[in-house]
Amino acid sequence: MLLTHDIEFTLNGVTKKLTIDVTMNALDMLRDVVGLTGTKYGCGEGECGACTIRVDGETRNSCLMFAVDFDGRDIVTIEGLAADPKADALRESFVEHGAVQCGFCTPGMVMQASHILDTHPDADAETIKRGLEGNLCRCTGYKKIVDAVESACCGGR
Amino acid sequence: MNVAEKPVIAPDSLIGQRIQKKDAPEKAAGKTRYIQDMVVPGMLHAKILRSSRVHARIKSIDTSAAKALPGVHVVLTAADVPDQQPIGVARDHLPLKGERVRSQRDEIAAVAADSEEIAEAALKLIRVEYEDLPVIATPEDAIKPGAPLIHPAPLDADGRPQALPPKTPIAFAGKADNIAMRFDYTHGDIAQAEAESDVVVEDTFQLHYVTHCCMGVSGVIAEFDASGNLLMYSNTQVPFLHKREFAEYLNIDPSRVRIIQPPIGGGFGSKLDIYPFEVICIFLARAAKRPVKMVFTREEEFLASPTRQPVLLTLRSGCKKDGTLTFRQVHTLHDNGAYTSWGATTPFVMMQTFSSLYRVPACDYHTTVVYTNNPYAGSFRGYGNLQATFAIEQHMDMLAEKIGMDPLDFRLMNAQDAGEVTGQGMTFKSCGFKECLTTAAERSEYRKKHADNLANRDAPGPVKRGIGIASMLHVGGGAKIYPSDGCGTILKLDDFANVTLITGASEIGQGSETVLSQLVCEELGLPISAVTVVNNDTAITPWDVGVHASRTTFIAGNSAIGAARKAKAKILAAAAKKHGCDEVELDLRGGFVIRADSGEPLVELARLMRNLHFSDKAELVMTTFYYEPPSVHQDKAFKGDVSAAYAWAAQVVEVEVDTDTGIVKMTKVTGTHDVGRVLNRLGLEGQIEGGVVMGQGYALTENLIVENGITRNPNFRDYKLVTAPEIPEMDITFVESMDGEGPQGAKGVGEAPAICIAAAAANAIYNATGVRIFALPFTPEAVYRALRGAAPKPHWQAWKPE
Repeated sequence: MLLTHDIEFTLNGVTKKLTIDVTMNALDMLRDVVGLTGTKYGCGEGECGACTIRVDGETRNSCLMFAVDFDGRDIVTIEGLAADPKADALRESFVEHGAVQCGFCTPGMVMQASHILDTHPDADAETIKRGLEGNLCRCTGYKKIVDAVESACCGGR
Repeated sequence: MNVAEKPVIAPDSLIGQRIQKKDAPEKAAGKTRYIQDMVVPGMLHAKILRSSRVHARIKSIDTSAAKALPGVHVVLTAADVPDQQPIGVARDHLPLKGERVRSQRDEIAAVAADSEEIAEAALKLIRVEYEDLPVIATPEDAIKPGAPLIHPAPLDADGRPQALPPKTPIAFAGKADNIAMRFDYTHGDIAQAEAESDVVVEDTFQLHYVTHCCMGVSGVIAEFDASGNLLMYSNTQVPFLHKREFAEYLNIDPSRVRIIQPPIGGGFGSKLDIYPFEVICIFLARAAKRPVKMVFTREEEFLASPTRQPVLLTLRSGCKKDGTLTFRQVHTLHDNGAYTSWGATTPFVMMQTFSSLYRVPACDYHTTVVYTNNPYAGSFRGYGNLQATFAIEQHMDMLAEKIGMDPLDFRLMNAQDAGEVTGQGMTFKSCGFKECLTTAAERSEYRKKHADNLANRDAPGPVKRGIGIASMLHVGGGAKIYPSDGCGTILKLDDFANVTLITGASEIGQGSETVLSQLVCEELGLPISAVTVVNNDTAITPWDVGVHASRTTFIAGNSAIGAARKAKAKILAAAAKKHGCDEVELDLRGGFVIRADSGEPLVELARLMRNLHFSDKAELVMTTFYYEPPSVHQDKAFKGDVSAAYAWAAQVVEVEVDTDTGIVKMTKVTGTHDVGRVLNRLGLEGQIEGGVVMGQGYALTENLIVENGITRNPNFRDYKLVTAPEIPEMDITFVESMDGEGPQGAKGVGEAPAICIAAAAANAIYNATGVRIFALPFTPEAVYRALRGAAPKPHWQAWKPE
């Protein structure tokens, strides 16, 4: 028997009410129920950061959260960030610095970077590297991602 | 020699600029739809049941409970697809296994259901009875006399091997030994060269399992239309080869197979072969008469993706006291795993490094690729060259030390030059090898630091600094493996002078769509934004052999330039006619037809296009071009000039070795690459940096642990990719040797940056500690043991088949 639960949360600024299976994880809900596929499945166990979202401002691996844990929270995904003019400079910095190759890790990287920018607006390269430690990238060797975030940090200064 | 003059660069030229990747804005906004994100109306979800044994006979498979589960549409086993054909390089691999499993990844059954959850639940209801067979866990065991066979011939009623027609694939006929492939190459007189040597070194090197770890896991969607035509959404790197192969497996006309490639979440060579999951997905779609989507979990990606091939390699190298190399003799044993994929053919590339990276009068190379019950090896960025370079470049340092010569001078003395033809028949037209060596060495202060580190080896404190150099040679102008190594382009201009570039070249994140646009714009005098690239549909794009062998910039680039030049000729002819002048007096710049001498704009290109289109003799500018590189197939003795150009690099690695813990920190990499010419500086740097860090992972952290056929660490927690804080400082520079055949002088570079790192790291650890480590990876435990003399040197009695 399927056990369901009613939840209400803010998703990218819009209130969302859903009835969901209590065993469903948050990543699957975002991708398969809500249909926002910018948040990626990379490993399903919190090691790669491709599914990074912001929950009440903090970054979280959505694959490690139950969907029911969204209840009462403020959720921002890459789609929300993409619609936020304040984040334009960050995304443009990724493009300008060549921080994107296959792009599969990129949404998670951008989400994590947005958090670094909010919490450490003056972050240097070493701080940024620590901040991105939980996000894996197989293409770029990270350098251009770090450059992109550092430039966005300095740009906001 | 075929080297182009470096032209004077026009101020508005795009060549050498930092061009943003065309698809980056979509990707950074999370809008790009990868195969994982795709939904086809009516599609079912599929999962595969894999073996729970490493080597076993399948006694029975019971799928009745799975079939009865609500929401399950199709359950397939080998018995349901009696027409299945063997896949793989040696046709030794049936997608669904009915009688025997040979590795942990083996596919036994597959389910298509309304959801992934239901498909997974159905897998748990399938009962398989096994009878275990002895496991062959190492290649050494596989070649022992009397070793159990991985692919035994089927027996007839009397228990004798069945007599089957010649050329019956191994999957049906079996193989009388465990040898999957052999490669024997030789040039020069080894015995004489050895007799002339003052110094000879011999060592055995052991290379480990690593895997691609594409961030986007494997996936495919297959569907048939009402007429039985197959449409696949696939992540393949070789769509045109696969179109033909899938048709063969399905016994249908290749024209009935269409492959669309959604944006791909990483390739690195992993998507060069057809894998069982793709064929199984097609079988499910055929049976269900519905679209079927199959996407791996990360664990499955680790278990069922190909690996880089582990190699046991014994190398003998010799030189004279004056520093002249005399010979190399190589025996290797490759672990093929249970089935044959491209990994088995990496010896092709390895032998080029042994025979031709340095001038060596005699080279003798023998490789045996053997079946085991381990994961099977595929192609992976560098294609055997990381393994070969690891051995060769350590021996270069060891020989130099024996004769008391500086390792850099020893390399420079033996390095190839432009114009040389090697013993294997490779012709080096553009060659910036020596400049790569000297540049990387100077920029890193290699000589000084090497000497300082030696002097400080015994200084107090646990942390020792080391510096090491290594070089590489790799194909940079395609590789003529297939009957054609070409690529086709269709180019059209619309009424507004926007270009649609339809290319056979696949994009896997490397930036081909950007560099090809750049090359076209350079010809037509247009901004990058004027180009739309179509590159992912076999029904639209012209043929290309695939994205591999660092070939796309070179081959597809030349193809795009060819089509653009034809378009330019048409445009200038039309403009010349209209303005009553000769076309050689005209050029294209900044969206205008201009006078070549003065730069004076004559007519806006868009306006000219409309004039052409809406005239009495209405015409559109549409061109095609097919580029085939002037390379040749190797002969049966592996001699020949397989690539139209060769790429060179030298990389210097600096490390800090903590002798208390064995932790090796890679602090800096100084790399100089002969790329022919820099086209997109931003994309090029990205390729190099990414490759360097992939090489760092190969050297220090990555290790797919396979014990008795079982993969012990199929996850990112235990399989360590390098993370952002661990990356070295990188100083990357380029030598522009202006290749005469290359597009604007450029050569391929995709694989090059990963190749030298492990070898240079080994030399750096030796420089720091005086301890040479012959086995990868340099994990803290391995280094700690080696520093204490507790790491046994890899040993292998080089095996020579009768």
